[in-house]
Amino acid sequence: MTDPYQDPLTSSPLLEVRDLSKYFALSSRWLSRIFTRQPRPVLKAIDGLSFQILRGQTFGLVGESGCGKSTVARVIVGLYAPTRGEILFEGQFVNQRNHRFSRASLHSRMQMIFQDPYASLDTRWRVRDIIAEPIRAFKLAQSRAALRNRVAELLLQVGLSPSDGGKYPHEFSGGQRQRISIARAISSNPDFLVCDEPTSALDVSVQAQILNLIKELQRRLGLTYLFISHNLAVVHHISDHVGVMYLGRLCEVAPKRILFSQPQHPYTRMLLDTIPDLSLTGRKRQPVTGEVPNPINPPSGCPFHPRCPVTNERCQVEQPHPGASGESMVACHAVEENRLQ
Amino acid sequence: MALLEVDRLRIEFPTRRGVLVAVDDISFSIDQGEVLGVVGESGAGKSITGAAIIGLLEPPGQIAHGTIRLQGQQINGLPNEAMRRIRGAKIGVIFQDPLTSLNPLYTIGRQLVQTITTHTDLTTSQARDRAIDLLNEVGIPAAKRRIDSYPHEFSGGMRQRVVIALALCAKPGLIIADEPTTALDVSIQAQIISLLRRLCQEHRTAIMLITHDMGVIAETADRVAVMYAGRIAEIGPLRDVVKNPKHPYTVGLMDSIPVIEEENDELAHIKGAMPGLQEIPLGCSFNPRCPDAFDQCRRERPDLMPTGNPNQVAACWKYDGTTNND
Ligand SMILES: Nc1ncnc2c1ncn2[C@@H]1O[C@H](COP(=O)(O)OP(=O)(O)OP(=O)(O)O)[C@@H](O)[C@H]1O
Ligand SMILES: Nc1ncnc2c1ncn2[C@@H]1O[C@H](COP(=O)(O)OP(=O)(O)OP(=O)(O)O)[C@@H](O)[C@H]1O
Ligand code: SF4
Ligand SMILES: [Mg+2]
Ligand SMILES: [Mg+2]
Repeated sequence: MTDPYQDPLTSSPLLEVRDLSKYFALSSRWLSRIFTRQPRPVLKAIDGLSFQILRGQTFGLVGESGCGKSTVARVIVGLYAPTRGEILFEGQFVNQRNHRFSRASLHSRMQMIFQDPYASLDTRWRVRDIIAEPIRAFKLAQSRAALRNRVAELLLQVGLSPSDGGKYPHEFSGGQRQRISIARAISSNPDFLVCDEPTSALDVSVQAQILNLIKELQRRLGLTYLFISHNLAVVHHISDHVGVMYLGRLCEVAPKRILFSQPQHPYTRMLLDTIPDLSLTGRKRQPVTGEVPNPINPPSGCPFHPRCPVTNERCQVEQPHPGASGESMVACHAVEENRLQ
Repeated sequence: MALLEVDRLRIEFPTRRGVLVAVDDISFSIDQGEVLGVVGESGAGKSITGAAIIGLLEPPGQIAHGTIRLQGQQINGLPNEAMRRIRGAKIGVIFQDPLTSLNPLYTIGRQLVQTITTHTDLTTSQARDRAIDLLNEVGIPAAKRRIDSYPHEFSGGMRQRVVIALALCAKPGLIIADEPTTALDVSIQAQIISLLRRLCQEHRTAIMLITHDMGVIAETADRVAVMYAGRIAEIGPLRDVVKNPKHPYTVGLMDSIPVIEEENDELAHIKGAMPGLQEIPLGCSFNPRCPDAFDQCRRERPDLMPTGNPNQVAACWKYDGTTNND
């Protein structure tokens, strides 16, 4: 028997974004605006992102602080309206008139898990009410007994016990609270989960438990994930495809194995070189140079050019666009011109 | 003689509901020029151990017993003024958030010059030259110009470099660095790690590097102490602890870290979570989570004992009776 959820060849995109952009207008001082006649400064938190997430798979999004990962998550789940670009769910445009998917009907099918399991749970509610909230909101339970059974089932699914439902969030450890967030997120039977740094606040031994749980739920429920992390090893472990972001843009998107074995974009290569050498192989690495520039005033041309070891004049003036290179999409002039080894 | 010797240190927090033991009888030492990595999960007692060494334990926390010796001289229990002089002159400090070490109201030059003149005989203008040298050394570009900037004019990574310069002002023999890279981006983290490494080699400065991140330890430390629930579970050379851990907790910890070189569907993990201070179990504090636990583990608390490798000791009954036969 072939499982359509697992076979990448037959798998179709569950979610696709095209040219997705989100700009924030920043407040500037009133006077300086009048005198310099400058428009309000705009921060391009994400700018022209395109990628697909196949059904039943995990797309990992990785990049340094401020590169726009959480903004991508928030635009996709509808917390922010995109400035430009499109989101397609099951091939249908989201958020446009005359289409099957309004945000409301999508709501139960897309859920989000946040980094901070302390802040994201309402501390005044009992765990069972926290988990039941989406079920009630979407009227997914026929009776009180059905609701109770469903909550108990969810608690068991995430490795807690039904009796934990009567407790409050503060009675749980960080890892257990993240389990509660996960139970809440899957309670409306979503197809798609956005996980924004779900293990970054956890200790490694607990992180391993949560990563295992996330993978197990995917197998059991056929879930599709957008998984965001700044930790490359975690992204490697969890993802099927990976996108690398820098200053609001995607530098490289590739199947996981290819991205990690044949990284192409100079920034991807630099990031991979920062991965700690836990096997103590003493592998040779390029020293990392420079810092991420201020996003309000990004460099001209390729945003990575001031830190790039293979930059040239074209890179300084012309912005590279993503192009296919083998199985990868890479936005780099050097790759396009075959200047890289 | 080791540079720093910590002997049977016990740190307690008296509370209304009884005394909480946050650090329980730990002993370790650091040699000149050595980087000792102290790793462990949140709440294991890493930071308060560091705070106790530099005399910054916040009340009601107190050292219940044990000694801390620097170059053979006991430094715990010294009057505040004497301790303040040691901190700065003999022990430099780097915290996770660079802003806790920097005064936002003064230029970084003023802060560096003040620290240098306090701890050395240099004049103000000599101190300024030294400050510029230090900024160059920690990798601040255009140090001559940037020295008159305020902390907020620097990025997070650059601020941490300034804090490292500040810690180095009086050429201390020991630096206590508590999560110095945790707040930084991975690419900046890699830069700060190699900076610390280089400084340590060039000046023969010892570093006690506290972190929850085994990756940082693997990149920097010569030896590693693994802390669990207020105790040292295992201590030994980096390679031995990482490649051939002895304590079941370290074994589980190493297995739970995803690594790029390995492709596996499931990560090994330790069941449960580290106990809070109120609920530390009898016997070995790891016993409820330990796959190897036996009777003795539930009754008696193991001390660090030989494991067969002469430099690696572990607090685990599995090694009871093991000797270093070589
Ligand atoms: N509501 C907002 N208003 C203005 N700027 C914003 C807003 N939200 C995010 N930004 C800016 O957009 C950029 C991208 O932020 P985002 O939170 O998406 O980054 P991130 O990759 O998630 O970073 P981190 O790893 O720190 O979570 C940053 O420069 C941030 O300051
Ligand atoms: N003022 C206090 N009163 C009671 N307990 C305290 C106090 N300060 C710290 N503790 C406890 O001491 C233990 C050790 O804390 P410490 O800050 O050293 O942990 P850590 O290993 O540095 O953890 P982290 O990785 O989170 O920084 C913790 O269980 C903490 O709750
Ligand atoms: S486009 Fe140019 S500057 Fe950008 S990463 Fe590629 S080579 Fe470097
Ligand atoms: Mg974020
Ligand atoms: Mg700490």
